[in-house]
Amino acid sequence: MDTIEVSNLNRQFLFRQSHVGQSKAKVARDAVLRFRSNISITPYHVNVKDSRFNVEFFKEFDVVLNGLDNLDARRHVNRLCLAADVPLVESGTTGFLGQVTVHLKGKTECYECQPKPAPKTYPVCTITSTPSKFVHCVVWAKDLLFAKLFGDKNQENDLNVRSSDAANSLEHSEDVFECRKDEDIEQYGRRIYDHVFGHNIKMALSNEETWKNLNKPRPIYSKDVLPEKLTKENGDMEKGCTTDDISAMASLGLKNPQDLWSLAENSRVFLEALRLFFLKRVKEIGNLTFDKDDQLAVEFVTAAANIRASSFGIPSHSLFEAKGIAGNIVHAVATTNAVIAGLIVIEAIKVLIKDSNNYRMTYCLEHPSKKLLLMPVEPYEPNKSCYVCSETPLSLEVNIHSSKLRDFVEKIVKAKLGMNFPLIMQGASILYEVGEDLEEDMVAIYAANLEKALSELPSPVTSGTVLTVEDLQQEFSCSINIKHREEFDEEKEPDGMLLSGWVEAPVDKDNNKPIRNSESTSNALPAEEILDGEKDVEIQEIPEGTETVTGKKRKLSEVSEGTSTNHSGLSDENRSHNQLEKLDVDDEDDELIISDDWESLTKKKRL
Amino acid sequence: MDGEELTEQETALYDRQIRVWGADAQRRLSKSHILVYGMKGTVAEFCKNIVLAGVGSVTLVDDRVVAEEALSANFLILPDKNQYQGKTLAEVCCDSLKEFNHMVHVSVEKGDISTFGVEFFEKFDTVVISCCSLAKKKLINQKCRKLSKRVAFYTVDCRGSCGEIFVDLQDYKYSKKKLEETIECQLEYPSFEEAISVPWRALPRRVSKLYFAMRVIELFEDVEDRNPGETSIADLPGILKLRKELCETNSLSESQVPDALLERLLIGTREFPPVCAIIGGILGQEVIKAISGKGDPLKNFFFFDAMDGKGLIEDISEPNTGSQAALINDDM
Repeated sequence: MDTIEVSNLNRQFLFRQSHVGQSKAKVARDAVLRFRSNISITPYHVNVKDSRFNVEFFKEFDVVLNGLDNLDARRHVNRLCLAADVPLVESGTTGFLGQVTVHLKGKTECYECQPKPAPKTYPVCTITSTPSKFVHCVVWAKDLLFAKLFGDKNQENDLNVRSSDAANSLEHSEDVFECRKDEDIEQYGRRIYDHVFGHNIKMALSNEETWKNLNKPRPIYSKDVLPEKLTKENGDMEKGCTTDDISAMASLGLKNPQDLWSLAENSRVFLEALRLFFLKRVKEIGNLTFDKDDQLAVEFVTAAANIRASSFGIPSHSLFEAKGIAGNIVHAVATTNAVIAGLIVIEAIKVLIKDSNNYRMTYCLEHPSKKLLLMPVEPYEPNKSCYVCSETPLSLEVNIHSSKLRDFVEKIVKAKLGMNFPLIMQGASILYEVGEDLEEDMVAIYAANLEKALSELPSPVTSGTVLTVEDLQQEFSCSINIKHREEFDEEKEPDGMLLSGWVEAPVDKDNNKPIRNSESTSNALPAEEILDGEKDVEIQEIPEGTETVTGKKRKLSEVSEGTSTNHSGLSDENRSHNQLEKLDVDDEDDELIISDDWESLTKKKRL
Repeated sequence: MDGEELTEQETALYDRQIRVWGADAQRRLSKSHILVYGMKGTVAEFCKNIVLAGVGSVTLVDDRVVAEEALSANFLILPDKNQYQGKTLAEVCCDSLKEFNHMVHVSVEKGDISTFGVEFFEKFDTVVISCCSLAKKKLINQKCRKLSKRVAFYTVDCRGSCGEIFVDLQDYKYSKKKLEETIECQLEYPSFEEAISVPWRALPRRVSKLYFAMRVIELFEDVEDRNPGETSIADLPGILKLRKELCETNSLSESQVPDALLERLLIGTREFPPVCAIIGGILGQEVIKAISGKGDPLKNFFFFDAMDGKGLIEDISEPNTGSQAALINDDM
């Protein structure tokens, strides 16, 4: 579904400048046909999750090669390949790192047998009240302030949540963000500035408890940073507004996106960007979502994040850096992608010629490990506890009286289990389903069910109930044993539900805080969701989510040399790859891949 | 300072890679000049990579006329006889490469590279050669080393599903960040001739067999006065004989240069496209690292064999060259 962007051209070499804006699938196809005209290539400029790509569709293929850029799409394709029993070659790259993995149903792990780190989320209070890192400021600027000012006004927004006087400030806050009749854009801008960087901080400071062990932020007011009216300083107000490239930086003569701006410069950018939005793009206001390719939006978010950072004593960042954070940009180069592409083809050929003894996972490292830059590893056997390919039941602890079906659907079924079109049943009763051909009265019943507590559903859920959850498109089904629990820790279990048997990725060491899904605070989708997976020639790893291999749980096989001549004195049987177990080979000729390296490997891969 | 900064066009195009190696490194790349000799599939991949990366210029040397077999692994040559008929490999590749990045100057140099004088090589920062006889490799390497300016020298060759890269950065100093500190590093590289002169018995026990196999075939071509890559399975008896001699001279067991491996290298004279991509990718990254001064360059051989899937680095140099010590086992 992706279209070609300028920033793709440094590595996606089937595309040219003239193709910017066109469908990747179509242009790639045309480019390949130019040097191999005899291949049948069908492009689909569609989201890979589209319903036409069902199990029957997947069954038509001998092998599937993924080039997706988000976890969700990968999980989806994984399930379809399992259901269709089609081999899947997965891959990803981030900068100098990359890997290729092969997945065959029943023979090897599926893509979900090993936990994959979920996209990073932050506790709401960290974003709204107690940021300690620049990224917290970016999330605030993007998902709260930008969304509040330029996004859907009906959307819930936590921007003014933490005020001392809740009732009054809610009234007050409704007015704050609306432009008053008598004020010009600059006055409006300064008023917003003073409200979010001055007033809100001052209010937060009044709550002594919060700041007991933390550095206090300082309120910032525009008159202290920019004492004079901007119109005087800017001189030519129309500068930077000539082309469709509306930019505060251009207007202010700030040329280098890698520069660090002073507080005054950030403040000017903030006000100028806001002014330009209202002056030149007023029609879009109320509908805008943050887009990393929207220069003005990036400028605004950078400036806002930097001012907030300044308030909290956090170092500021350049636009270039802030854009990368806000846009979840994955850094990428042509060379790593070329290496991984070559490795993918080698594995794909093995699959096609059914050379099943020689499938391998290959890791491309930035720093050699025991002389190896490209490290092949034998695939592991399927994880018997994998709820995707081994159909192990899961358990859910939940307060069945206070949690609604909606919470279950959103937080567990969709978010954690990765199902897009779920069907939820208890025994023979369907509690909820999604579909195009549902009767109206059923749709109404399901809608009503969503708002009911679990214990109050037409087929009540009690402790000991087993719910069956399915996604018909993925042909994936899963059982969940429900267990009632009264209390949940607000900090550690903010969802009010605890899913077990679902293997979760290890928590990042320097982010020991409890994770709460920040998506509840805004409608803004992370950028990578917008560029949703089309089968792309280009391979991207998910941002901050480089593959983690937990070597502790799995046994690692040694890699044996594939040469036919055998000088080790061992019979071929002993060295058979079919065993997929750790072989105790005492052979001087063989290189050993030692599993205790795995920890250092994973640490390196977490950038 | 405007001349020093990246243009808006560069910033937009190179955004994703600037996030990997930084704007300074990108600037250095844009000023670099690369000489490339021997336009086969792997080198085509390599050239594609450095052109995309935004080097200053790429000069191609290969006067061989395009023949149909070049199409099997060189994706820069489109299968249109009207386009390539009568042209040299360098010419056709040059035309294709230009399309990848208009900001890179790609050109052709004609003539026998062994006759080019030392002053010719001075124009470049990096020299990459492929499809070269042993004599030519040594010659060009020497010319690079004679210059007062440091010219990085690389050889790259792929046979069938195997590939080899050699790196000579002479005396290479660079800095890197370790935790919060910046540390200065220095590496001393041997020339190709020096490297391959290291007695085989002095090398670490588990040196890749591919190293030895490539040396045997290389020497065979040299002794038999063959063009590079012009060996076939029919030469196996001669190759095995040479192997025996070399192993005896070097007190190395012949099992370190397996029959099966030599056979594969002789049978697979054609390049295998995915291996071209892998080797071309690794080489591209090495050249970029050396030009930009960022990242630990590999020292000094890289081998890949699609059969076992390992991509490994071998340090083939005298133990006292001052960098990584060679591992010498007790039971040698």
